[in-house]
Amino acid sequence: MYRASGLMRNILPVAVICLAIVAVWYVAAVGLNARWERDQAARAGVEIGWADIVPATMSQKRPVLPAPHQVAVEIWETTANKRITSRRSLVYHGWITLSATLLGFVMGVALGILLAVGIVHNRAMDLSVMPWIISSQTVPILAVAPMIIVVLYNVGISGLVAKASISAYLSFFPVAVGMVKGLRAPDGMQLDLMRTYSASAWQVFWKLRWPSSLPYLFASLKVAVAIALVGAIIGELPTGSQGGFGARMLNGSYYGQVLIIWSALFGAAICAALMVGAIGVAQRAVLRRTGQAR
Amino acid sequence: MTGAGAVVASSLDLVFQTRDGPVHALSDVDLEVAPGEFVSFIGPSGCGKTTLLRVIADLEQPTGGTITVNGMTPGQARLNRAYGYVFQAAGLYPWRTIEKNVRLPLEVMGYPAQERIERVRRALDLVDLGDFGRMFPWQLSGGMQQRASIARALAFDADLLLMDEPFGALDEIVRDHLNEQLLALHARTGKTVCFVTHSIPEAVYLSTRIVVMSPRPGRIIDVIESPLPAERPLGIRESATFLELATRVREGLRSGHAGRDE
Ligand SMILES: Nc1ncnc2c1ncn2[C@@H]1O[C@H](COP(=O)(O)OP(=O)(O)O)[C@@H](O)[C@H]1O
Ligand SMILES: [Mg+2]
Repeated sequence: MYRASGLMRNILPVAVICLAIVAVWYVAAVGLNARWERDQAARAGVEIGWADIVPATMSQKRPVLPAPHQVAVEIWETTANKRITSRRSLVYHGWITLSATLLGFVMGVALGILLAVGIVHNRAMDLSVMPWIISSQTVPILAVAPMIIVVLYNVGISGLVAKASISAYLSFFPVAVGMVKGLRAPDGMQLDLMRTYSASAWQVFWKLRWPSSLPYLFASLKVAVAIALVGAIIGELPTGSQGGFGARMLNGSYYGQVLIIWSALFGAAICAALMVGAIGVAQRAVLRRTGQAR
Repeated sequence: MTGAGAVVASSLDLVFQTRDGPVHALSDVDLEVAPGEFVSFIGPSGCGKTTLLRVIADLEQPTGGTITVNGMTPGQARLNRAYGYVFQAAGLYPWRTIEKNVRLPLEVMGYPAQERIERVRRALDLVDLGDFGRMFPWQLSGGMQQRASIARALAFDADLLLMDEPFGALDEIVRDHLNEQLLALHARTGKTVCFVTHSIPEAVYLSTRIVVMSPRPGRIIDVIESPLPAERPLGIRESATFLELATRVREGLRSGHAGRDE
């Protein structure tokens, strides 16, 4: 009973927002696509009114902004109605991007945690590494990604690992920053307690610092996985790569196929939402086991 | 220094260097606590009670004088796990159940698994929390949390118990109850207890000896042996001896303030 009403409370506002967005989108599609209809009509020498324009803007072959149902149909066509091994399947491209994302995410998270552990335990690292971590993220990744890909290619790293390294480059940052804060979360008394037991640094880490940092870790992971996906897509842009959401978007823009761009965009958004959701589930499971989810 | 006392300090000095200049937290402290004693430290806040306890526990380094704990330096005593420390706040780790909080020192000190279970059960029974082991700290009242933190300090074999105003934040009824339990525990285990408080009745009720301290600089101004018997029902607090003792402590505290603007 409580659960059901809780669900309603959560779903209702989300549904309202979604409907509002779709409505705005339709209006925008009509507005943006109308000019092409008018130009066509002018060229043919006929007068057309809104009554003709509105339905026509819903089904253009090459709209400026496709209508939501066009994108939905395109996504359906390229997922459910294609074999997933086909190059025209969105699932095929999605997996290419997703695998690079996940590999990069794992690499980035590992790097971020290692850096945070070093920073928290070593004063020299604290002073020297943190500024570099911050400046690493001021680099415009879109400009640097092709260079990184080329450099990596020349040392024999290409494809999946190269793309993943861009993901890792972006995703280590929130993890490092969050974990430094998390590993420093224990207060003086909690640390003193360990000292009264003459605990080793190793024990202090595993029994105090690590569990204290978990809420921070999960918050960072959600950010990290989302930008890992962005990193993988950026990594697919310069290579002329064989597949992935990035390559698909690039193709779409070469050939003026706006629908392809939009469906790739939505595919990416859905992947991000699923990954963030999965981390949320893991977070709830861990925090419940440790009594921190109430 | 002989190794006879549980805690032996002489001419102990501690000056904190702060941004606003040096703070003389302990000045010329002489103290000898015999094994099995229950010694209370009482004084207004800022008189160095916590600091003294932290020096005994090797959490703070004195800037002068000498101190031994069980005949060793505080550092060696800490490495030998000679004492259990109960902080002013319970300080339970929120991600551990009560049981696992009490088990924490046993894990750190490497007690075998079977013995851990045994000891956790015994320590929780000792503070009447036998049925609450599976709960998380936030599910317990403040008084129960503080009892759990005492159980945590009792779980391993240290014959010295350092307690820093453990009941300071609790209401009087809970406090009376915990005082009784603590007294029974002291009688049963024979541990040496150093107990910081700013409550006169609490100090008089619990202690075999009361150390009265005064601030700026933090120092000992009186040491009072308690003539009360070991057996102390709560009613003893209305007896003449008790009230006399309380008066003496109060006067000691007041004389420490003589000539000061407080
Ligand atoms: N770490 C510290 N750094 C600087 N000053 C401190 C520190 N700890 C305590 N003090 C100062 O030392 C004095 C004694 O403090 P404390 O031992 O906590 O007193 P009490 O426990 O009796 O209230 C106070 O003036 C306090 O401000
Ligand atoms: Mg204090």
